[in-house]
This record gives sequence, structure tokens and C-alpha cells, in this order.
Amino acid sequence: IQGWLSHEMNPSVTATVKLGQNGKESGLGGLETAEVLFQTQSLTYSKIRGKWLVLAIAMVRFYMEKGTHRGLYKSIQKTLKFFQTFALLEVRIIPTSVLVTGVQVSSRIFMVWLITHSIKPIQNEESVVLFLVAWTVTEITRYSFYTFSLLDHLPYFIKWARYNFFIILYPVGVAGELLTIYAALPYVKKTGMFSIRLPNKYNVSFDYYYFLLITMASYIPLFPQLYFHMLRQRRKVLHGEVIVEKDD
Amino acid sequence: GKHVEILDAKTREKLCFLDKVEPHATIAEIKNLFTKTHPQWYPARQSLRLDPKGKSLKDEDVLQKLPVGTTATLYFRDLGAQISWVTVFLTEYAGPLFIYLLFYFRVPFIYGHKYDFTSSRHTVVHLACICHSFHYVKRLLETLFVHRFSHGTMPLRNIFKNCTYYWGFAAWMAYYINHPLYTPPTYGAQQVKLALAIFVICQLGNFSIHMALRDLRPAGSKTRKIPYPTKNPFTWLFLLVSCPNYTYEVGSWIGFAIMTQCLPVALFSLVGFTQMTIWAKGKHRSYLKEFRDYPPLRMPIIPFLL
Repeated sequence: IQGWLSHEMNPSVTATVKLGQNGKESGLGGLETAEVLFQTQSLTYSKIRGKWLVLAIAMVRFYMEKGTHRGLYKSIQKTLKFFQTFALLEVRIIPTSVLVTGVQVSSRIFMVWLITHSIKPIQNEESVVLFLVAWTVTEITRYSFYTFSLLDHLPYFIKWARYNFFIILYPVGVAGELLTIYAALPYVKKTGMFSIRLPNKYNVSFDYYYFLLITMASYIPLFPQLYFHMLRQRRKVLHGEVIVEKDD
Repeated sequence: GKHVEILDAKTREKLCFLDKVEPHATIAEIKNLFTKTHPQWYPARQSLRLDPKGKSLKDEDVLQKLPVGTTATLYFRDLGAQISWVTVFLTEYAGPLFIYLLFYFRVPFIYGHKYDFTSSRHTVVHLACICHSFHYVKRLLETLFVHRFSHGTMPLRNIFKNCTYYWGFAAWMAYYINHPLYTPPTYGAQQVKLALAIFVICQLGNFSIHMALRDLRPAGSKTRKIPYPTKNPFTWLFLLVSCPNYTYEVGSWIGFAIMTQCLPVALFSLVGFTQMTIWAKGKHRSYLKEFRDYPPLRMPIIPFLL
């Protein structure tokens, strides 16, 4: 895929580059700067998408060989952790709202490092497979969309997938995440992990159990906002609706 | 006289037509006329501009001096419900004062019932209560008698945001400092004395700066001048920073954090410092833009550094 992309690059690429679905044009001075930025972006997108594909294939293979989801998390966890953390860079590269991307990336990092990595008993829960599948399919669709958008060769079905799959995948992913956190609660309470008790030298305390409860509660205001944001984007992109935003 | 038509900035709907307006009329007077036809939009929530996407016109701007013909077209934007700065400040500061005392007196349902209305056996806890309370009483009195505000109002939603911040942190800090299991500072009385000294000096410093800034601006005016050191030694910090009031404020909270050796206090100081640095940088930038002869040695908030 990477070879094909660099073959497509030729010096006659014009200086106006489309950056993502916002359609914002970059009037960058100089053909070279535009081209370098263009190449870096499209390579990054396809690399990231490639990794999610690898993950998806690993998951399918595991299930086909073992016939169960038990131990699935353990086998893919290294790859998942590595580029989920690497996804922090995403906040810089992806031309969507920093806040939306930020919330998504931090909730993913939270799930991977603070829940599934740290609380081993829940790694074999079905809910883990639920959100892993949701994330994988979402990301492959999303990065395919970004890659093809940049090349101006966007097949309609990728655009359709990008703006329709989430309708099912978001709630499925959220359900998986919430069920996993819920499953982890008894273990957290029993072990008192990640918690600080009084008295101590710095006069502070932290209860991870209550922190998780608050985190679960925070999905209530946050998830609908993300969901409706995507629904608005969908109406704009697929149906060409002009939406007057509340505040400029 | 001139004619003024007011259109909605988003829908371009004609909202109001004022004929025979004095050329010397100010925007403030036009806003008052507009309120007569649309009483729900009191002047404080009106933003009038020459261009729908442009900057708001100031209340003092005179109609005659604007780049318009015989009929001036102004675009209106609703700023939303407004609340006066004084009201916001008083609410923001009264909260922490009151909330801290609830924890200090160990009012029921905070700690275990056996601790209700008991008193801490550590001197530093009583001292901390005095310092915290003094700080907020000072702020309340300054709001009422010292500060001169350049804006009358701010959006209503700010009061919820600000109060959550101040009240939330006050409760969080007060919970640990007044807790029955509170641990006094590691270095004992020495640490407390040093911290108290820092706190008192910074409180005096902060007050001195507020007074100096007040004297800089006569009552009722909105003029801006470069602040300079006065005879009061605390104001000599003006030689090195643009916003010494913020410098002293951070210092007070660092003192309080050392005194109580409480991590939530340190976090509150850090968050406050971050916010005040942003404000100081903004103020510094507008000083530099407005005054060609602004002293070059000055930094926004920390001498030589930031």
C-alpha cells in the first residue's frame, strides 16, 4: 500500500491540499512544503490503518484457531497498547475537533492501561471483545476514509461506511467499555488498588473504586454529545445540509 | 439627524429602525433606544457591530465618527443573559469562606459522627482557618471598596463555572486540612512559621498592588495607564513584572500549601498559577500594544522567567 501511495506522488500535485473532511484548504507557500505535508499525512494515515488491520486479522485468526475469546486479549495486548498510546499523536494530525479526538483518545488509553492491563481477571470478559471489535472496525473505516480523502479518490462506500457504521459501533463500543468497568468493580474494591488512604504525609486520599463509578457516570453527558456531533457531521456530509452552529 | 437601522447579525432580519438620531449620540444611547422596542434585550446583553462578523462597537463610540452614511446599519448579536462582575465576585468568594468553616467546625455528615463539632488538636489547623478566612474576607472587601471594573457584566454561565471551581476546591482542601486524621507538617513549627511569613507578606503585597492600581484610574473613568512603583516597597515588584498582584497571589497560596502540607492545596495553587499566567500574559501583551514606551525589563508574572 505504501509503495502504491508514493508512486502516486508526482511533482505536478498542486499547492492546494485538501486537509480532511472539513475541506479546509491549506494555502501553503511552495509546492515542496505542501507535498511533504501531504505525503507525511497520507503515509501516517495508511500506517495507522494498516496496524488496525493487523490487529483485526490477529483477532479473527485467534478466534478461528481457538474457538473461544478466552486469552484473546492476552495475545493482542502488546500491539493494542503500543499503538493505542501512539495514537496520542493522532490528536495533532487529525483535522477534527481537538476536544472530540482528545476525549476519544484519553478514554481509549484509560481503558487499555487503567482497566484491562491492570485488572487481569477481567481480560477474559466478553465485554472486552465487544469494545475491541467496535474500536477495530471504527478505526479501519476512519483511516481508510482519511487516506482516500487525501488522494481525492474517495469511493462513496467508504464515505458511507465512515458516516453510518458509527451509528451501531459507538453504542456497542460504549456498552463494551461500561460492562468491562462494571465487571472490574468488585476486584478494585477488594484489593483497594490505585488508592491512597488517610492518614499520610501529604494529607490527600484517592479511592479508585469511586473514581471508576464517577467515570461510568461521566459517560452519560459525554457519549450523547459525541454521538450527536457525529450525527450532525453525517447530515452535513451525506445530505448536504447546512447547519447553523449555535456559537461562532 | 441620522437614521439607524438594526439588523439581526445571523438572520439579517430588520429588528428596529430609529429615525432622527443625533449624530453625537453614543452607542450606549442607541442601545438604550433599542431596549425600548425590545425590552428583553437590555443594553448589557447587546452587541452592536458594523459588520455581522466584526468586532463589537464600544459604548463610548460616537455615531458621527463611524464609517456610515446617512443611514447607519448596525448588526445585533445577543450576548445572552448577563450578570454584573460585582455579583459574580461576591458569590465566588463568599462560598469558600462559608464552606471552609463548615469543615473547620466539623459540621455533621462530613466526618464520622463521633467527630461532630469537635476541634482539632493541631495549632496549624486553627492557623490555617484564620489565614483562609482572612484571604476571602479581604477579597470580598476589595470587591466592594477597592476594585474598579472596566466591564460591567459577564455572561451568566460564567458564575456557574467560576463557583464550581472556587467552591469545589475550597471543599476539597478544607476536607483534608480539618480531617481528624490530618498530619501536621513534617518540619513542625519552623515550617509553619516560614509559611506564615510568606503568606502574610504576599497578602500585604497583593493588597498594595490593588490599591496602586485603583489610584491609577480615577472613579468612573475607563482610562488605562502604565502602573509604576510607588513609595510602598511592595509595589517595587512593578519594576520586574506587569501583574505583581498575580505574583503575590500565587505566593500566598504557595505559603498556604507549605503551611498545611496538603497536596490538594498545592494542586489548587498550580491550577490558579496556570490561569493567572494566561491572564498576565494577555495583560502584558495589551500593555505592549498600547504603550510604545513600556518598560522592557518587565515580564508578565514571574521576574525574569515568565
